[in-house]
Amino acid sequence: MTPSRWPTAIAFLVLALAVAASLFLGRVNVSPAEVIQGLLSPGASLAGLVVTELRLPRAVLAILVGASLGLSGAVLQGLLRNPLAEPGLLGVSNGAALGAVLSIYFGLSQAFPLATPLLGLVGAVGAGAMTFAFGRGGTLSLILAGSAVSGLALAFLALALNFAPNPYAAYEMNIWMLGTLSEKSWDHILLAAPFIALGLGILATMGRAVDALTLGEVQARSLGIDLDRTRILTLLGVGLSVGAATSVTGSIGFIGLVAPHLVRPFVGHQPGRTLLPSALLGAALLICADIVTRLLTTQNELRLGVVTSLIGAPFFFWLVLRLRKVAP
Amino acid sequence: MTILTAEGLTVERGGRVILDDVSFSLDAGTFVALVGANGAGKSTLLSVLAGLLKPDRGGVLLDGAPLAGADRRELARRRAFLPQNPRAEWPISVERLVALGLTPQLPAFGGLPGGFEPRLTDAIAVCDLIPQRLQPATTLSGGELARAMLARALVGDPEVLIADEPITGLDPRHAIDTVARLHTLAADGKLVIAAVHDLTLAARSATHLMALREGRLVAFGPITEVLTPDLLRRVFDVEARVSGDGRETLVDFLAPAV
Repeated sequence: MTPSRWPTAIAFLVLALAVAASLFLGRVNVSPAEVIQGLLSPGASLAGLVVTELRLPRAVLAILVGASLGLSGAVLQGLLRNPLAEPGLLGVSNGAALGAVLSIYFGLSQAFPLATPLLGLVGAVGAGAMTFAFGRGGTLSLILAGSAVSGLALAFLALALNFAPNPYAAYEMNIWMLGTLSEKSWDHILLAAPFIALGLGILATMGRAVDALTLGEVQARSLGIDLDRTRILTLLGVGLSVGAATSVTGSIGFIGLVAPHLVRPFVGHQPGRTLLPSALLGAALLICADIVTRLLTTQNELRLGVVTSLIGAPFFFWLVLRLRKVAP
Repeated sequence: MTILTAEGLTVERGGRVILDDVSFSLDAGTFVALVGANGAGKSTLLSVLAGLLKPDRGGVLLDGAPLAGADRRELARRRAFLPQNPRAEWPISVERLVALGLTPQLPAFGGLPGGFEPRLTDAIAVCDLIPQRLQPATTLSGGELARAMLARALVGDPEVLIADEPITGLDPRHAIDTVARLHTLAADGKLVIAAVHDLTLAARSATHLMALREGRLVAFGPITEVLTPDLLRRVFDVEARVSGDGRETLVDFLAPAV
């Protein structure tokens, strides 16, 4: 059983291609030569500025966010041994969305642009803490607590929309909740990157635990896995990475659900081996979806979260059909 | 020489006493068949012995050291535990499923170090799984899966094997096979404790018998001395006949005791 590095290598290659495509393609026509020149000597030309200030941060943010979603999905599916688990399950995504929407509701975002991601982070941390407080003691109670927190955040989101101070704020909130990578600067990345990196680092250590959980919770414990610690670290890792990601980009669905499934057959279905490739593929998928939003010229900007949902929902149907076939 | 000692184990759940002041001492080289009616506390006792459930009173000692203070991974290396009806949650190959038994020996990251390959192959061969080596574990038959789980438990070469009803649901041939494997393990100097309902099979292969009734230890000793119709009546409320001895032993349950 030689540990095959092929899936990771291929996922990495796909990601590299997606990043390259994301740098070379866009609304503004910049020739490949200008792109390379812009990357080498930033700020020297207008084309260079387009690359370093618009396309590059967009690609970097897409990598961070996509990796968070992909890795979180892989760890959660392994922890819960449920192929339908996804990062939003623990309530942190909706918590982040609520925090961000509140910043728009109270007009903080107009006074201070980074208020939206900052409050988003606060919302994610608050939601994660609440899930933890109510969901201690078992995997099932963790899921139930996550759904409850998610539902609560959703209720307040609806309330904020209901009582939006003016139509413009309601529009802002709506747009924000659709998820997008546009109009994000290096400041946004610098704000979110430390949290995302920490969360990804924590999640990357869960390989052995999710592997052992293939045998069920009792056998995993008998093999020396500390399940309480595993659950807490997963919540922390997902909360930090997906919370920070959502607080910058808004809700982006399905990437965390889909990426692990695409990886699984290539790694012999072993949960621990899906982690790294899922992170890479999640990033690649998000970049590809973002490229679609940039290349399709529509009257209103096509939002990233809409594209991932449009592609992801049919995938979900396929998954349901397949599961029905596998498990009678 | 491994010695597993239980001292006054008591477990209560919701005001009900599941285990009541159970004490004994087990030596390496024995195969203990744990018997008792449904709800007698067999699974609870095995979980406590495995260090997976903390008793409300009393404690378990492995070579004189309390399990409660033992290092998780160290304990996982020394004893293996097979719960009732174990199953695989993902379609991983038999080979990888068996390799999961090495989890406490492995570093935090990376694949299986090359040095473990022979042990893996050994465990797979011992449990007759060579043809199924690369087959997804979710497609195995009940008997094959039970063998794969046993291989998973044995691959780490534990000193103590604790199994909860390892032969329930197996056809006669696989049940006999499994019990014979447990017997061989004990003969090789391991300590094997298994809950069983098939007393004939137990009488033929186990060295010791331990009987629980309503959480209390009713009997414990060499199987040839302890297994009597009188004991079976006390444990199961059933009239029974024990005939023959050694590999020819036969246990028949006749009628509910009055």
